[in-house]
Amino acid sequence: MKPFAYHQPDQIPDAAKLLTSIEDSKLVAGGMTLIPTLKQRLASPSALVDLSKLGNLKGITDDGATITIGAMTPHAVVAASKLVQTKIPGLAALASMIGDPAVRSRGTIGGSVANNDPAADYPAGVLGLGATVITSKREIAADEFFLGLFETALDPSEIVTAIRFPVPVKAGYAKFKAPASRYALVGVFVAKFADGVRVAVTGAGPGVFRVPPMEAALSGNFDPSAIAAIKIDTDGLTSDIHAEADYRAHLVTVMAKRAVEAALS
Amino acid sequence: MGNVIGIGAAPKRKEDQRFLTGRGNYVSDIKRPGMAAGVFVRSPHGHAVLRGIDKSAALASPGVIAVLTGDDVADDGLGSLPCGWGITDAKGVPMKEPPFPMLAQDKVRFVGDMVAFVIAETPEQANAAADLLKVDYEVLPSVVGVLEAVRPDAPQLFDDVPNNICCNWELGDKAAVETAFKKAAHVAKLSLVNNRLIGNPMEPRAAIAEYEPGTDRYTLWTTSQFPHVVRFLMGALVLNIPQHKLRVVAPDVGGGFGVKQFHYGEEAVITWAAKRVRRPVKWVASRSEGYVSDRHGRDHVTEAELALDETGKFLAFRVNTLANMGGYLSTFGPNIPTNLYGPLLGGVYTTPAIYCNVKVVFTNTVPVDAYRGAGRPEATFVLERIVDVAASEMGIDRVEIRRRNMIPKEAYPYQTPVLVQYDSGDPMGCLDGALVAADVKKFGVRKAASASKGKFRGLGYSTYVEACGLAPSRFAGRLGARGGLYESATVRVHPTGQVTVMIGTHNHGQGHETTFAQIVSDKLGVAFENVDIVFGDTDRVQFGMGTYGSRSLVVGGAALSKATDKVIVKGKKIAAHLLEASEADIQFEAGKFSVAGTDRIKTFEEIAGAAYVPHNYPLEVLEPGLEEQAYYDPVNFTYPGGCHIAEVEVDPETGTVTLVNYTAVDDVGTVINPMIVEGQLHGGIVQGVGQALFENAVYDEGSGQLLSGSLMDYCMPRADHLPMMNVATHSTLCTHTPMGVKGCGEVGTIGSPAAVINAVVDALSHLGVTHVDMPATPNRIWRLLQNASLPVAAE
Repeated sequence: MKPFAYHQPDQIPDAAKLLTSIEDSKLVAGGMTLIPTLKQRLASPSALVDLSKLGNLKGITDDGATITIGAMTPHAVVAASKLVQTKIPGLAALASMIGDPAVRSRGTIGGSVANNDPAADYPAGVLGLGATVITSKREIAADEFFLGLFETALDPSEIVTAIRFPVPVKAGYAKFKAPASRYALVGVFVAKFADGVRVAVTGAGPGVFRVPPMEAALSGNFDPSAIAAIKIDTDGLTSDIHAEADYRAHLVTVMAKRAVEAALS
Repeated sequence: MGNVIGIGAAPKRKEDQRFLTGRGNYVSDIKRPGMAAGVFVRSPHGHAVLRGIDKSAALASPGVIAVLTGDDVADDGLGSLPCGWGITDAKGVPMKEPPFPMLAQDKVRFVGDMVAFVIAETPEQANAAADLLKVDYEVLPSVVGVLEAVRPDAPQLFDDVPNNICCNWELGDKAAVETAFKKAAHVAKLSLVNNRLIGNPMEPRAAIAEYEPGTDRYTLWTTSQFPHVVRFLMGALVLNIPQHKLRVVAPDVGGGFGVKQFHYGEEAVITWAAKRVRRPVKWVASRSEGYVSDRHGRDHVTEAELALDETGKFLAFRVNTLANMGGYLSTFGPNIPTNLYGPLLGGVYTTPAIYCNVKVVFTNTVPVDAYRGAGRPEATFVLERIVDVAASEMGIDRVEIRRRNMIPKEAYPYQTPVLVQYDSGDPMGCLDGALVAADVKKFGVRKAASASKGKFRGLGYSTYVEACGLAPSRFAGRLGARGGLYESATVRVHPTGQVTVMIGTHNHGQGHETTFAQIVSDKLGVAFENVDIVFGDTDRVQFGMGTYGSRSLVVGGAALSKATDKVIVKGKKIAAHLLEASEADIQFEAGKFSVAGTDRIKTFEEIAGAAYVPHNYPLEVLEPGLEEQAYYDPVNFTYPGGCHIAEVEVDPETGTVTLVNYTAVDDVGTVINPMIVEGQLHGGIVQGVGQALFENAVYDEGSGQLLSGSLMDYCMPRADHLPMMNVATHSTLCTHTPMGVKGCGEVGTIGSPAAVINAVVDALSHLGVTHVDMPATPNRIWRLLQNASLPVAAE
């Protein structure tokens, strides 16, 4: 690890100001991606701006038709939340599958969404539920937020403060864990709303994406059989030492079926 | 006074108290006054000409003390890292043995090859300076696979090693095998890959070196399984330091698995550097650094053929293997795929003719050397896989074909056609025991239950034998060993009757402090808590070859047993004097010397006291003191073995293999501590399961980059990958070790890969699958199912 300055502001505007005024500064939430990167000397920011002392970024609120999760809420809290378990059990299940207990206790929803790792779980939940990312500046719809490999619509001084999830009729998440890293080799989040179904896939490609043919099929018949024959184009999918693109494509269908099963169970 | 805890008891491990309370003392815990920090600069290229190194910016960096490179090594006239084994080809031509400089000179040959050592006041400053070192590489194409490396147009690692072949090694009667194949009713053939593994001990490697000008002595603290061997190899052959001026300490070490049983260049560089800078220097590897510098294991490509008569009797076995050595010869490197591989190809069977050819090949990868099992898992995998293939092709039950060919218990000692003679064993007994323990009779019911959930269930057998207790020195010398392989122990009885044992093996997880204390407690009748085991320090322990090859109890324990016997012999002489009886009439039992047939006794403590306060003592014929030493050189290897049965369930939708049941019945000879043996079997099995299902070191051909260079990409087995294991022993006693022990450190790793893969193949056999390469990852299984003859029933 190389030396860096450390700031722990207690107001969001102060954090935003630090982020813009110090060249090469970085936000740190739970640090589950950033700290290992620093330790491997793959990144050397001049300063870290720690979000942990900012007020009101932790906690889960019930807004009736939506629930809002503060950006600094750890995965373990979401997984154990009675509110999330009751209203969007698929999201609580997703949170419970992230990493290991240590990661779930430190890692945050805001950090995961802002980082947009192509194999992270939360982007599938956020996109699959059509959630809204609330930042220090504005609200961004999930469909506009995730822009590909580690890229989001966030501007350099923008800080994610919360995610607002609409409560679906049913939702489920199925994840095929990469054996070593336990990230999603393929993870599929399926959510049924009154006006249709959304299907979001993580792990399979350079960023989270939706599968319109599956959404159409499931909107007509919310049952695994409706998508069993839908094949995913291997174009643009990831191929690496753990899984080839055609295997990932196959797993998308299998995991989508299992996500529907989970939603129905 | 505590209790005697003897052979066969299962006390909790003595050493765990300090490990579990954070009081272990590992190399990285050690701090020396004025200690500086060192980091190694390693090649980022698999293969490159080293055109020059510009040290100036690094030297000017804050806190930097020195920057050392291969040129400095050459200027000081230091030696090459030695290889401990010299093998020859069939004509007696020695293997090609190019130099292995401790810092690269002229060329780098793998990603991780050491280019420079940067010493600074702090690790951060050393790392910062290392970033500033300008190394001018002329990058060459890399070759990482053995098949690619022996092609005529392959990149050549060394000018004088044509086709990258270090040695073309042979074993067995080629002509007899060819004759037998001509008579065969059936020939089974199998091509397979034995995947490359990375040991991943919990504690990364580390070293501290210090030079004391007042005494002209060096001390090296290192994460080693064999400090005395490091002292010899490094002092005598690399750095030219006299043995009495060099102390090597291997304190608590957090796991070895073979990875720490070599003399590494880092040890030599840091010891040499400590004198140059007149400061103690410490280096601690990161996990990432370990991936590209810890010696790797396995990595074979093999073609095997088994000739059988019409009844399924094995007539002959022929094996051709290409074995990857990596970029240089490591300490035991060429010995592993040859002497520890070929002689095991007989297995537990009566195969009369065996021929084995191994081409030992250099590639642009981390040097390959021993990893738990070392050669023997590879041999067992080839043999136990091809037995299944033959059974399937001939329509003979897999258990039945094994029975038809097994060496019967009565036939021991059994001379194989490949050098080794098994002294004892009962493979049929292990098989019978395992069949019952695994409830094989009801496997059909379990398979049907799996099928009803859309899963394929399979059962796999591995009936195997290994050679351990390394090693009889005379035999090893004939095979090319350049050192002895005995062990030594000193039993020091203190005036108050407590005992300190100095032993040349090294405890890094095996529980020696407990097992060896039990042996002493049992034999001398001394309380278990009154026995301490000292190891890992060349200044405290007389000599030793260290711990590897399941040798600690077999060879070290034998030395300890002999030394303890000598203590008893001397104690009897003292007792005879004190009891005014004839020495022949003195009996020793349960810690008491007595005159046979009388109630006259002297306790062990009284005898110890008399030995050190010799007022009433036969000084004319006996020296005072009670301390004895023994060296033990085994007369043969030991041959543990057994039967492993794996049961797997395959999810055809995802290709996931789940190990659902695992049974092992092993013959490890006399069991000193059944809890520790069970733990060794569990750990060994898990490492074998890791090879079969998860672990794979993958290099990129061309660039030589290690693609699986972190725990994120190299899959270690985890608790949730494994079922509860059903482990038992079925022991026959070794006929030539003092206590009948055979060793148990590696059996689990040797028996298990074949059992698991045989189970996977069995689960998929109805689809026409006849072989699955390791690791049987979900992607690989799915691919096989895609190509299989029957459509997959996904629902």
